[in-house]
Amino acid sequence: MTSTILLQQIINGVSLGSLYALVAIGYTMVYGILRLINFAHGDLLMFAAYTAIYCVTLFALPWTVSFPLAVLLTGVLGILLDRAAYRPLRDAPRISLLISAIGASFLLENLALVILGGVPKGFPTPEVFREVIDVLGVRVQVLTIYTPLVTLVLLMGLLFIVYRTKVGKAMRAASKDFETTRLMGINLDRIIAITFLLGSMLAAAGGIMWAMKYPQVNPFMGVFPGLKAFIAAVLGGIGNILGAVVGGFLLGLGEILIVAFIPGLAQYRDALSFLVLILVLLFRPTGLMGEPMIDKS
Amino acid sequence: MDKARRNLILNTLAVAALLGVLLAFDRFGTDYQVRILNNMAIFITLAVSYNLVNGICGILHLGPNAFITIGAYTSALLTLSPAEKQMTYIIEPLIWPLSVIQAPFALSLLAGGVLATGFAFLISFPVFRVRGDYLAIVTLGFGEVVRVLCNALQGVTNGPLGLKGLPPYTNLWWSWGIAVITIILVTRLINSSFGRAMKAIREDETAARAMGVDPFRHLLLAFLVSAFFSGVAGGLLAHLITTISPTLFTFFLTFNLLMMIVVGGLGSTTGAVLGAALFAWGGEALRVVESPMHFGFFTIPGIPGMRMVVFSLLLMIVIIFARRGLMGRNEFSWDRFLARIKLVSR
Repeated sequence: MTSTILLQQIINGVSLGSLYALVAIGYTMVYGILRLINFAHGDLLMFAAYTAIYCVTLFALPWTVSFPLAVLLTGVLGILLDRAAYRPLRDAPRISLLISAIGASFLLENLALVILGGVPKGFPTPEVFREVIDVLGVRVQVLTIYTPLVTLVLLMGLLFIVYRTKVGKAMRAASKDFETTRLMGINLDRIIAITFLLGSMLAAAGGIMWAMKYPQVNPFMGVFPGLKAFIAAVLGGIGNILGAVVGGFLLGLGEILIVAFIPGLAQYRDALSFLVLILVLLFRPTGLMGEPMIDKS
Repeated sequence: MDKARRNLILNTLAVAALLGVLLAFDRFGTDYQVRILNNMAIFITLAVSYNLVNGICGILHLGPNAFITIGAYTSALLTLSPAEKQMTYIIEPLIWPLSVIQAPFALSLLAGGVLATGFAFLISFPVFRVRGDYLAIVTLGFGEVVRVLCNALQGVTNGPLGLKGLPPYTNLWWSWGIAVITIILVTRLINSSFGRAMKAIREDETAARAMGVDPFRHLLLAFLVSAFFSGVAGGLLAHLITTISPTLFTFFLTFNLLMMIVVGGLGSTTGAVLGAALFAWGGEALRVVESPMHFGFFTIPGIPGMRMVVFSLLLMIVIIFARRGLMGRNEFSWDRFLARIKLVSR
């Protein structure tokens, strides 16, 4: 393998990894507070991609307007999801919450299938992202370079909110102890709604970039990125935002490089990610950067 | 007459009545009706065995589709004749021992169940290291791994092309026979000391452990029994639809099973039976929403996929507003049934 090809693969891996990271952050934030795997999180990617398509094609909005709009609407959907599927079950057994999450995920996918049809749609990728440029002698699409940059900027914003604002402080408190947080006069439902808003908006950003990278938008497009991002979140240590980012990059890089070095494994790529998950859970259940798990029931 | 004897007689009568109904449908029913009844029996087998893990032990296991896949492929590979196998495997020939052996249907079902159990045993060590959401995602992962392997191992499974032209061995006697056997064996297991230990683990694992119950051993037992019957049902399913491919055994199948046991009432075998029967019947009845509807002058074209929307909504509504489902954790009992009847006739 020549060094240019290796560099190319590394760039691809970082790009894919940053997408996983964006989606993984949402999983990790919700899990940190509710101890719930939000199964419907992956489907938010799909919703964001479709919304962006319809804003551009149906309402003829420029991408600079329609992409942020899609991100915002997905955030609202995240809040609605919490409101409809999870909030009524706050005091229910964990298994009910999980089943509700699975139901919500199937509902979103099949509603999309019924309303929008199963035929994959192309994505109106703006010209700006389609240009091909030279980076250290490797020809790559601009999008591949922009993706990690956007991820970094969004991550900075998120870290600012979580560690430098009052809302963020309340979120961190809620992830440690529900009851005490409530006793401190914090409106928990509001904090959880904001968590869903932020997580869903990041997932939407990931979804739009995913759709530009693989321009085939269909009702089930969110399932696999969702599962992979979840694995990334566990790998990094669930409940830890930086961990989710590290896990995302590691998983993305790992997937691309393994297939690059051993092409015969290409068809096992998805199975390998699950193997990573199982190994992590077997040998280091708290992930790379996670704190010891606290049972919060 | 003592109660045990009375219940035995009533149970025998109930099975005899079932036999009568099946005989009537076998003779006079249309193909469509027989098909639905077969589906119903297979779903009952699957739901009852799935409920043993999810309802009785209270852990959310999301990989029954893996066991069903293994059972289906194993039994299909055993009943196909060597000549047919040679014709089916066009891309890569079938590996040696499988390409020459052929077994009777009963043996192939048994082999499917045993292989599924073996697989369950292998994955049980990583699976039961974790609990709750993690267990759900790990089992979901194993389900996906099996599907990926089915697509990839062309020398065994014929890859995405799947297997065609299986002999249609599954009939009402096979499917309902196995459903009844499953119900009897699983109920006996639940009512034994093992079953009580499983319920104790469901309520509070730490307390159960303090009482000397070994969670791993009991969860493993439930998992293996569940896998065995899922494997057998997979074999039945394969020989009912006669064509199998990896796309048949996705997470979708698991979702449907989950819906049956949630609607029936998590933790109730009776509920699982009712849920499965309702699903088999309701799935057909709901075809209405997918076919074109006529209102005088206008026609609404049929919308494929509408049934799944209804199903997922139903699942969410049940879990949010009526978490106990139809049966809660109650079981059918002759005592209550007879009391109810007397109440009605009075």
